[in-house]
Amino acid sequence: MAYTTSQPQPGGFLSRLGFGGAARKKPAAAAEEMKRVQFTSPVLPYLFLFPQLAVIFIFFYWPSVQALSSSFYIEDPFGFGSTFVGMSNYTDALFSAEYQSIALFTAAFTIIVTFLSLSIGLLLAVKADRIIKGSSTYKTLLIAVYAIAAPVSGLIGMMFFDQHIGPFVKMMSYLGWNMQVGLNYYDTAFAMIVVAVWKQIPYNFIFFLSGLQNVPVSVREAAMIDCRSGFRRFWTVVLPLLAPTAFFLLTINVTYSLFDTFGLIDVMVKDKPANNPITLVYKVYNDGFRGNDLGGSSAQSVILMIVVFVLTIFQFRYIERRVHYN
Amino acid sequence: MYRTRFSDHLVLIVGALFLCTPVVVAFMTSTHTAADIHMNGLSLTWGGNFIDTYEKVLTQKGGFTGEITGTSMVINSLILGVGFAVGKIVLSMLAAYAIVYFRFPMATLSFWVIFTTLLLPLEVRIMPSYQVMSELGLLNSYTGLIVPLLASATGTFYFRQFFKSVPEELLEAARIDGAGPFKFFIDILVPISRTMIAAIFIIMFVYGWNQYLWPMLMTTDERFFTLMRGIKSILQVWIGSQIPDYNEAFALAVLAMLPPVAIVVIFQSWFIKGLTESDK
Repeated sequence: MAYTTSQPQPGGFLSRLGFGGAARKKPAAAAEEMKRVQFTSPVLPYLFLFPQLAVIFIFFYWPSVQALSSSFYIEDPFGFGSTFVGMSNYTDALFSAEYQSIALFTAAFTIIVTFLSLSIGLLLAVKADRIIKGSSTYKTLLIAVYAIAAPVSGLIGMMFFDQHIGPFVKMMSYLGWNMQVGLNYYDTAFAMIVVAVWKQIPYNFIFFLSGLQNVPVSVREAAMIDCRSGFRRFWTVVLPLLAPTAFFLLTINVTYSLFDTFGLIDVMVKDKPANNPITLVYKVYNDGFRGNDLGGSSAQSVILMIVVFVLTIFQFRYIERRVHYN
Repeated sequence: MYRTRFSDHLVLIVGALFLCTPVVVAFMTSTHTAADIHMNGLSLTWGGNFIDTYEKVLTQKGGFTGEITGTSMVINSLILGVGFAVGKIVLSMLAAYAIVYFRFPMATLSFWVIFTTLLLPLEVRIMPSYQVMSELGLLNSYTGLIVPLLASATGTFYFRQFFKSVPEELLEAARIDGAGPFKFFIDILVPISRTMIAAIFIIMFVYGWNQYLWPMLMTTDERFFTLMRGIKSILQVWIGSQIPDYNEAFALAVLAMLPPVAIVVIFQSWFIKGLTESDK
């Protein structure tokens, strides 16, 4: 049965923190279901909600509205007022060659990182699912690095790709590849992708493994009888049952590649984005804080907000309908 | 039944090596001297310089003002992690309690006002957030470091799901016994949420500990630097130096990843459960 829900479910950002499951299943029916017995009080609920709402209004809505409004202005760099310029911050951003090439890199980066970390995570989960002896050791080893912060993984990655001490650079030089991470655009991009994938595999592994272990034994046994080829069995029986997990992970991995890799990229380009590949989020930061271009940075923020909205809508309107839920 | 093949183990071993080797290498290399690393590269063996390096990283004053040590960065990271986790739990439990257990006109609206925050991560609204903070005079303060990060609905969502799964009979019984909203919350709801609170505390602590972008924007005063912020400054220092302090950088990285790795390994089953289990 397919979902058709009109309510956007807060899947993506929630789950990045580790609440995937909660957002993943049966959202629509549960959303507005009430307790039969409730308190009634004219003041108390507002009192309890106040701290949360206050924080959200001051630190979420206010800045978001400000981003929107300042995206239509050009701020004087010396702080003498600002001029209304309409949509020109947006057109400046969207039509500049630099922005377009960064957008292109961001898209390529997102697609490659998502594809690799999903497929490696799935491969490891499938293998781990089959193993009974020693499975918990494997599991521990495979998820141990799950919570390492992006900048730390960037730092470690940078050492592995370091010009002097990096083993990868040495390895590649035997193969005739003169790797110059930090100087050569494509080499840096390669290193970033490796580190970003490394950091994301455990997450995908955890979810795929738990998805696989939820496939009923009866289904597996039936498939065993019907089909001898292990690969075909996986392709036609197990994979469709994993579709909801895979789909959910797809969104997570896309948002991860777009936003959570900031720390990793910042560390790996060593603060010098000069001719290194960066993502759109990095550019928002760079233009806003280094370039002091408040209007341009805000316009880019708003563009990213729109991308996030479109992704969310796409997630619920288009892909979810095609995914088989049992 | 399926018989385990050698190739299955092989794939898993390669995967585990790929994931874990960098961490082991980072730790082992941190026990060598900087010159040693510069000459011989990364290392998989014990270097014997462990105490020197870590003592230096933890106690030697560095930075531009000469006021920051590794220890003070660890403390700041702890303050951020614990402060964030506690703040998150308090705010979100109260809000979820109001939404689930009270009947009031603005309930649905409040719900959506809170849950919209899940749509826009901090990364896309950094510049205006920074401006708001500087208008409020909260730059370089623990309040500025912690409170704005609380502006999201994650914890609220989790507690809401949990409260909804609490049997109705509990409230009915409590009301028959004459318990008011406060008594019910403190004497019944908080105690039965203990495990949930502990799990959320751990997850939120790691999240706070790992924050990078926000501390980087909010703190220019080195007294407020966290470990993640320190990683950035160590990189800025070593560009241009002859023999970069690789060992110290690795030691800092090891300190920064110790709590997240330890917590994931120790509380593995909790973590997996918290991650993958749906609302009961």
